[in-house]
Amino acid sequence: MLVVTLIVVSIGGLVEIVPLYYLDSTVEKVRGMRPYTPLELVGRNIYIREGCYNCHSQMVRSLRDEVDRYGHYSLAAESMYDHPFQWGSKRTGPDLARVGGRYSDDWHREHLIRPKNVVPESIMPGYPFLQERPAELDAVEADLRANAALGVPYTEEMIANARADAAAQADPESDGAEAVMARYPKAQVRDFDGNPDMVSEMDAMIAYLQMLGTLVDFDAFRAEGEALR
Amino acid sequence: MEYESVRIFAATWGLVALVVMFAVAVAYALWPRNRAKFRDAARIPLKED
Amino acid sequence: MRVAANCLWLGLFGAGGLYGLLMVQRAVDLGFLLHGILFLAFCLAAVALTVRLALSPPPARALPDDRPHYNDAIVRAGVIASTFWGLIGFAAGLWIALQLAFPALNFDLPWTNFGRLRPVHTSAVIFAFGGNVLIATSFHVVQRTCRTRLAGHVAPWFVFWGYQLFIVLAASGYVLGITQSKEYAEPEWYVDLWLTLVWVAYLLVFMATLARRREPHIYVANWFFLAFIVTVAMLHLVNNAALPVSFFGSKSYIAWAGVQDALTQWWYGHNAVGFFLTAGFLGIMYYFIPKQAERPVYSYRLSIVHFWALIFLYIWAGPHHLHYTALPDWAQTLGMTFSVMLWMPSWGGMINGLMTLSGAWDKLRTDPVLRMLVVSVAFYGMSTFEGPLMSIKAVNALSHYTDWTVGHVHSGALGWVGFVSFGALYVLAPVVWRRERLYSQRLVEWHFWISSIGIVLYITAMWVSGIMQGLMWRAYDSLGFLEYSFVETVEAMHPFYVIRALGGALFVAGALIMAYNLWRTTRGDIRESEPLAGSPAMAPAAA
Repeated sequence: MLVVTLIVVSIGGLVEIVPLYYLDSTVEKVRGMRPYTPLELVGRNIYIREGCYNCHSQMVRSLRDEVDRYGHYSLAAESMYDHPFQWGSKRTGPDLARVGGRYSDDWHREHLIRPKNVVPESIMPGYPFLQERPAELDAVEADLRANAALGVPYTEEMIANARADAAAQADPESDGAEAVMARYPKAQVRDFDGNPDMVSEMDAMIAYLQMLGTLVDFDAFRAEGEALR
Repeated sequence: MEYESVRIFAATWGLVALVVMFAVAVAYALWPRNRAKFRDAARIPLKED
Repeated sequence: MRVAANCLWLGLFGAGGLYGLLMVQRAVDLGFLLHGILFLAFCLAAVALTVRLALSPPPARALPDDRPHYNDAIVRAGVIASTFWGLIGFAAGLWIALQLAFPALNFDLPWTNFGRLRPVHTSAVIFAFGGNVLIATSFHVVQRTCRTRLAGHVAPWFVFWGYQLFIVLAASGYVLGITQSKEYAEPEWYVDLWLTLVWVAYLLVFMATLARRREPHIYVANWFFLAFIVTVAMLHLVNNAALPVSFFGSKSYIAWAGVQDALTQWWYGHNAVGFFLTAGFLGIMYYFIPKQAERPVYSYRLSIVHFWALIFLYIWAGPHHLHYTALPDWAQTLGMTFSVMLWMPSWGGMINGLMTLSGAWDKLRTDPVLRMLVVSVAFYGMSTFEGPLMSIKAVNALSHYTDWTVGHVHSGALGWVGFVSFGALYVLAPVVWRRERLYSQRLVEWHFWISSIGIVLYITAMWVSGIMQGLMWRAYDSLGFLEYSFVETVEAMHPFYVIRALGGALFVAGALIMAYNLWRTTRGDIRESEPLAGSPAMAPAAA
């Protein structure tokens, strides 16, 4: 009985999940996807650490009102380098899949410090400590290496320069700024938190939020078959 | 192993196998000779502690 | 044999202690260091406990009169742990419900914000409360229905305390920001590995007890428990496959990516509901309702069909969490189809549970514990009707991402899992502490009614707010523009968040009453002023 139970419960998972790895059509071919920059990855890890996924989805469904509200529906390709995925399951706050470029860095900083300052009706908690804490950049090389081992196409060059790239992305005056943009197309290089003295967790968080949904070039992409509902 | 051939296998023989397995389970439950056994089994929780 | 087993345990705990030392010494982050200290302390205490157990005389399998010598001590520990973690988990839920109604309660500190505390609530109620109830009841049921003593001397205690360590590591990790962000599977890689060890021991203890049974037939409740244990093991291993950044740090990256990770997660997530919160608790239903009603289950044959139908269908339903997303359409449709089919076995099980009372419906009036158990089955029927409905794509387009989902989960969690657990705890306490009866039937009445009102407030508030928000999101004005900004829909939720918190507060109050009642029961107290069960005055439900 134990064996039969195990066989029966394995089959459903196998038939549903395994094909996703072999079917070319699961993840469409798009132009523009690249791995996260080291600073974005640090920001993403803060997003995970604070449990943002509990209230914010990152998955625009193919429904008319969602496309009108948030932009083009999400493609599987857009989360192909996400270990783990952050699609979420609840929208206590709005979807963030395409939040990149919607607001200024200043808006994000004010909003993260005290959401009510910019959205008086907001029920989101404040995260003032992000501004005070230096981002943990020393370990970022190991983070890239772990991602590379799982199949994210980080090159040896990217891994070797990870720490320098993370610092340079938050410092447009630095020598490394151009190298970041060369290694990571469409990377945004700015002093995100307005404090040039330190690369803070706020820098990393805003760098991550500002790139969300900005990579795929939708002028060049044609969604085939998948009609909007 | 092509995906398409696996899919066809799952949708035919796989489906048949699952249906047969389930039919065996139902037959086991309804088999007349098991009636007394199940009547006794149902009383197991009621025996003294 | 016994000496060898004890030496094996001592060796394992010793090795664990050495690894704990290594964790402390080489930790690359604060959280891992604290968890290393906890783990080290656990292993030292485990060594001490094993030595004590090894020096004490071995428990006999049978009493002098040849009746089995049951291991009730482990069940007593389970009842206490279940009650304790239940209170913590419900209180955490109330707290985060209040945070949504009154966001100032987040205090804007890292350790107290909603994002970190919500997993504390979900893990505490599902794994700490639910898990302890399942371990306690499964250990009780497998002994009584196999008429034999629980296998193992150290092993059951390793399962119990190892599981408590898992809970403490998980919850303290969330507060410190250690999470892999997969819902209901947030603990990081090393906590997952620890749980795997505990779970294997749990499976072995359970199977070894079945193997030495003195009944020819394995009672159906044990089938459900066994399916729950093995399936959860499989789900846990696949969903949590991860690569740690450092073997002495807490951070890891999940092996799966994007859409594959999403489906793996919801294959896990839905079957955590199916096999942890359903199959396991159906095991409880199939033992405790016949026991308390003092009559056999309505149809034993139906229970067998119920079991296999559930096993065959449940595992496919996961993709309904991903309708209209980037998951391929064929997977969404497959998930929806099986979810709708699931309605049948679920209702078969519900009918089987309810009809057990046929010919004895009057007991519902006189026995509040039985009423709690039966109402839990009614909630099971309600939420297993609502679930397939919500898995239909057109309905899901409205309900997904809203509070409707939260309401649905809680009708199952508070009504089904909560009430069937409370009923089981009320039945267990007098048995395993060898008391004549519960301290107070009247307090059970209070618990029942207060909690029921709480549940009704909770789920109706969430239905209204969920459907309202879903409709507001998709509303267009006459010019073809979206009618409401997102934040306007957030504002509209406020009154319902307050009502929901009120419902939660009532549920917590009910659990506090239960804790008091159980505590007095363990002390052997009996509330003298009460009429005995069965007398007409004991029937306020009829009023």
